[in-house]
Amino acid sequence: MTSNPTPTRDLAVFVIFAAAVLTMPIWLAPIGAAYPDLLQKFAIYGLFATGFNLLFGLTGYLSFGHAAFLGVGSYTAVWGFKLLGMNPVPAAAMAIVTSGLFAWLIGYVSLRRSGIYFSILTLAFAQMSYNLAYSVLTPITNGETGLRVLQSDPRIFDTAAQSGGPLVSTLFGIEMSGYPGFYFCATFLILGFLVAQRIFRSPFGTMLRAVKSNQNRMNYTGLNPRPYTLAVFVISGMYAGLAGALLCITDPLAGAERMQWTASGEVVLMTILGGVGTLLGPILGAGIIKYFENIFSAFNEHILQDIFSFLPEALQGPVVSISGLFVGEGWHLTLGVLFMIIVILLPGGIMEGVGRITSMVKGGSRKKHQHQTAPAE
Amino acid sequence: MDVILLQLLNGLDKGGAYALIALGLTLIFGTLGVVNFAHGALFMLGAFCAVTFNKFLSLEKVVLDPTKTTAWGTPMEVRTPYVEAYLGDFGAWVLNYSVPMSILLAIPVMLIIGFAMERGLIKHFYNRPHADQILVTFGLAIVLQEIIKSIYGANPIPQLAPSAVSGAADVGAFLGFDPGVIVYPFWRMVYLGFAGLVIAAVFAFLQFTTFGMVVRAGMADRETVGLLGINIERRFTIVFAIAAVVAGVAGVMYTPILPPDYHIGMDFLVLSFVVVVVGGMGSLPGAVAAGFLLGILQSFASMNEVKAILPGIDQIIIYLVAVVILLVRPRGLLGRKGVMES
Amino acid sequence: MEILKVEGVNKAFGGLKALHDVNLSVEAGTVHAIIGPNGAGKSTLLNCFVGRLIPDTGSVTFNGTTSLIGLKAHEINQTGVSRVFQTPEIFGELTILENVMIPTMARRDGEFSLQFWRRLDADAEVRDKALHMLEDLGLASKKDIIAGSLSRGDKRRLELAMCLVQDPKLLLLDEPTAGMSRADTNNTIDLLQRIGEERGITKVVIEHDMHVVFSLADKISVLAQGTVIAEGTPQAIKGDPRVQEAYLGGAHL
Repeated sequence: MTSNPTPTRDLAVFVIFAAAVLTMPIWLAPIGAAYPDLLQKFAIYGLFATGFNLLFGLTGYLSFGHAAFLGVGSYTAVWGFKLLGMNPVPAAAMAIVTSGLFAWLIGYVSLRRSGIYFSILTLAFAQMSYNLAYSVLTPITNGETGLRVLQSDPRIFDTAAQSGGPLVSTLFGIEMSGYPGFYFCATFLILGFLVAQRIFRSPFGTMLRAVKSNQNRMNYTGLNPRPYTLAVFVISGMYAGLAGALLCITDPLAGAERMQWTASGEVVLMTILGGVGTLLGPILGAGIIKYFENIFSAFNEHILQDIFSFLPEALQGPVVSISGLFVGEGWHLTLGVLFMIIVILLPGGIMEGVGRITSMVKGGSRKKHQHQTAPAE
Repeated sequence: MDVILLQLLNGLDKGGAYALIALGLTLIFGTLGVVNFAHGALFMLGAFCAVTFNKFLSLEKVVLDPTKTTAWGTPMEVRTPYVEAYLGDFGAWVLNYSVPMSILLAIPVMLIIGFAMERGLIKHFYNRPHADQILVTFGLAIVLQEIIKSIYGANPIPQLAPSAVSGAADVGAFLGFDPGVIVYPFWRMVYLGFAGLVIAAVFAFLQFTTFGMVVRAGMADRETVGLLGINIERRFTIVFAIAAVVAGVAGVMYTPILPPDYHIGMDFLVLSFVVVVVGGMGSLPGAVAAGFLLGILQSFASMNEVKAILPGIDQIIIYLVAVVILLVRPRGLLGRKGVMES
Repeated sequence: MEILKVEGVNKAFGGLKALHDVNLSVEAGTVHAIIGPNGAGKSTLLNCFVGRLIPDTGSVTFNGTTSLIGLKAHEINQTGVSRVFQTPEIFGELTILENVMIPTMARRDGEFSLQFWRRLDADAEVRDKALHMLEDLGLASKKDIIAGSLSRGDKRRLELAMCLVQDPKLLLLDEPTAGMSRADTNNTIDLLQRIGEERGITKVVIEHDMHVVFSLADKISVLAQGTVIAEGTPQAIKGDPRVQEAYLGGAHL
């Protein structure tokens, strides 16, 4: 990250970002990623990771329970559909409010501790939510089956035509599936990016980086770190809640597994992969993970045999069976390996890699990092 | 009273497993300063040592017995495990005792895995931020469990306790309560005794050997010990391997209680981390105490009487206790100040 | 006028009495040094002024009316007390300019403000004030450097800038020249004297280095074994046999 981003530069980045998101169906076509379901996932998880990064990237507080907010957002949105009708906007608004409140509650308690204690507290709250959603909260969550919209639900604002129609959310008569669904989510991603960019450059964001840097000095500077961390925790929870709601617009179904701690781990991975504390990194990370998940998990033995058919027969068998471990059901293995490689080789994530390459291309020996890590004493 | 005693007993064996995992986690954290999210995976690998050993022993020799026929008129197949076929009664005995016997397999295997993990991965993370350590070991845990899944499949694989201890004891009758109220499986008693033994062995090792003394000194003040010119790195490797063995044998012995599947490690890891934090990061007695405490509390919370008053409490009790303890005693039950705060 | 009044402060850690019936009064506009041998309780006393420790008994009154006891560190700062640490406490990952803008905002906007939409670099008022401060302390040319990469002397100056930009009524300095070379020490003394004259900020200095103390202080309190054994002008303290006994073990200054 440059230390001196000017307003013009930020505006340019924003415009390019927005254009890139909106044209994804075109430029992602060559790699086979340009179909609405996947694009929609890119947008939703990009939003989720952007929100997570506001907390982790700026303040350094590593939440291991962010999936709880995603789940709460989903449940709220489905209830919004059930009660108010299939318009996604009120559902999303409700999800933001509920997850924000929920985040305020959890953050209020968890932020009393820092370091790994904070991580464990958030993990504990998320696991509690997950376990309860499966058991005693079944009247609200519909337990293992998952919560879905039924024809018999009240949906008070729905017109007669809608209430008889398919159970897909609709905005101004447009069904939120396919490309309209993607563009709806993309709009929120762009808005979310804009807000994140403003926060990064704002006094508030600077205070958050101060929290990460030196809380002691902050205290002796007349600043109270707690409301700052709580505020960003709530904002970050709202992003997650919105992402959770968006997951329900095409398929109005919410299940507890969305809250499981593996889902929390996934958003951490997306953020790390892309680059913690950078604006574009987490979105990039989310896209890459969702893309590979999609591609890899669709692979099966036949496809692999086709791919490796050029190999001599003696080699083909072992190669296919070894690579078979990493695809299809074994996609998580790839994910784990990826996780390790990134943390070991590129702790700054892809954005750092991009930065390194750019500075290499520019041929400049003037490295910013040396300034930062130069021994001071 | 009898009900309470029963729950107490039920909580102890689970608590034993928590305590053993938490002990290793704390040992690693206290000496190496590394947060090992792959520790649950070590427990899981131990459990699958038992599965492998049993599978190996159960390899069967198929013989057609022409004197008997099946319902379809074909000759009856007689399946005999090789060990039984070649070793006779001794073979049968080994097969029967496959779970405890697999400790013999698990110890060298876990030593090698622990050694390889520390040398190959963990040692490069001593000076990295805790977040990086968490992330890389988390990645490793996923890799390990996916490998196991691809070999053994996703379903739990039940293991039998040796027949001599497969029944249950009427502990209640023995203690003078009504018979049939407090019935406690023998194997759980074995597990409890085993956990106690391992914990005692680890503590004795730390207390009475020179090596243990250095390790304890290292846990108290890592920097100073490093300055004393003691080859701390080699000891780190050994400590890590010991912790891996402890987790592994805990996994082996737990298989008859809970059929292992590939994610048993993750399930235990999350809880064990809560245990470690509740006990206090870096405190070995804290880890053990918290392990048993949370095991027992969990067992009490699953009583119907308790659930009637507080529905769902059994699902969240451990996390709830963790939250309360962390808020009331910020550094856990027996933790020291300033550990892992940054 | 007394800006800081300490009356009957006691503080014990377990069985160890760190402070015993300490009384102190700091006149506005002066430099008041607190000296004493190691373990005399200097840092404990300072920590009682800033909310890090709470005395067992006694009172610490600031500016005539405000009791500092029980206030949190950030609340004490907001009443007008700033503190320089023995090892400079700065925001190591932020730029120097940001380091100074943060306290400037803290003074203007209070302990918390949720300005997440406006740009920090568009806040001309804060920026100008911070830049002015940096110029004053000769750090303006380094404003875009990451603070963690500064030399120790520059870090110290940055920390001082961060305190001064808040226009504190009282500045607490904990061994401001610890670990510095003689040249750096002299620079710091000059800087502190200049600031004292220009801004008229009251300063309480804890110091080991007698050279610094006698160059700066208007008044000196000598602390030994948790209690004030002597108080007076540098001249008076220099000649006080009790001080030499307790503090210097009989050696002559």
